[in-house]
Amino acid sequence: MKNWNNKAWLLVLPMLALVAFSAVIPLMTVVNYSVQDSFGNNEFFWVGTEWFEEVLHSERFYNALLRNLLFSSIVLAIEIPLGVAIALCMPRRGVAVSVCLVLMALPLLIPWNVVGTIWQIFGRVDIGLLGHGLTSLGLDYNYTQDPLDAWITVILMDIWHWTSLVVLLCYSGLVAIPEAYYQAAHIDGASRWAVFRNIQLPRMKRVLLIAILLRFMDSFMIYTEPFVLTGGGPGNSTTFLSIDLVQMAVGQFDLGPAAAMSLVYFLIILLLSWVFYTVMTKSDADAAPGLGERS
Amino acid sequence: MSFSWMAWTTPTALFFCAIAALILMMCVWEYFSPGGNPRAGILGITTTRGDRLFISLLGSAFISLAWLGLAEAALWWSLLVCMIYSVLVFRFC
Repeated sequence: MKNWNNKAWLLVLPMLALVAFSAVIPLMTVVNYSVQDSFGNNEFFWVGTEWFEEVLHSERFYNALLRNLLFSSIVLAIEIPLGVAIALCMPRRGVAVSVCLVLMALPLLIPWNVVGTIWQIFGRVDIGLLGHGLTSLGLDYNYTQDPLDAWITVILMDIWHWTSLVVLLCYSGLVAIPEAYYQAAHIDGASRWAVFRNIQLPRMKRVLLIAILLRFMDSFMIYTEPFVLTGGGPGNSTTFLSIDLVQMAVGQFDLGPAAAMSLVYFLIILLLSWVFYTVMTKSDADAAPGLGERS
Repeated sequence: MSFSWMAWTTPTALFFCAIAALILMMCVWEYFSPGGNPRAGILGITTTRGDRLFISLLGSAFISLAWLGLAEAALWWSLLVCMIYSVLVFRFC
């Protein structure tokens, strides 16, 4: 029989205070704003659930949400397999390991607004290597005017920026596999695919789930890079939820609708995070029966 | 210290008081019955009573949003649906 000591919860208090000031109080304020209207000067008028109804009946919101979901799906579908493939190709020992790790870490060290600026210049038809190169080849590329070109550029930028994270996570999973597994597979005459399917992939499962979770959440909350690159355009073609939210709150100063929209956005993210967390912990419990149970 | 910038209203204050009261009740429950009562319910995952409260609150939020977006009836009815949903979650999840 275990003795439970609930006094340990007191150790959580400092973090609780920190979270209260950095997250709970701002969240409470957003909830307060979401049920009121303001014309500035710190004056508010009660409107009830009007802003929520407006958001939930707004085509603009659903379009931005769909764009976000599409963007997240595309970048996940590309970055995860690409990250796994690169991690599999990376050397496991020698000087080349350090070189590869540094090269992989470089895009992650660049600030998000700088990434946007780099790609903004890179994609320009007049001076950018990508834009000028493509137009020289006879392709009709212009990310500032064509929505498809804008989407391709935003996706390429995200892949360039974030695939390294998937690579590094997968690589950490790969190097943790004991050599004995490979030796056993070699003795059994397993093919390269069989080794990947039955040894490497199962052993990478946890880090892959973390990579998927991180990349999904990051891509779903993306703001800075597309804002700097396209400003949400052409038209609204790359206006994701976060960009739309900032336009509403800061550009139009519609604090009430923006607060309601941000709460709906928050709930969607919370739900998706919970689903991912549950899948991850369930997979852990399945991998090690009894781990998730307390006696 | 003025909190007028937080734009408090009585309904939102009551809402947060209710959430705080729920968390407090869970703490008291945990004190008298430690361990969180983990079990595997219909979702096929092991949940503690804290997890069940979270699922109840999150689900209730989506029920309320769906009600606002789809239903014509007063929002009070969604509160009833949320309470039934929460009871079901605590009973079967």
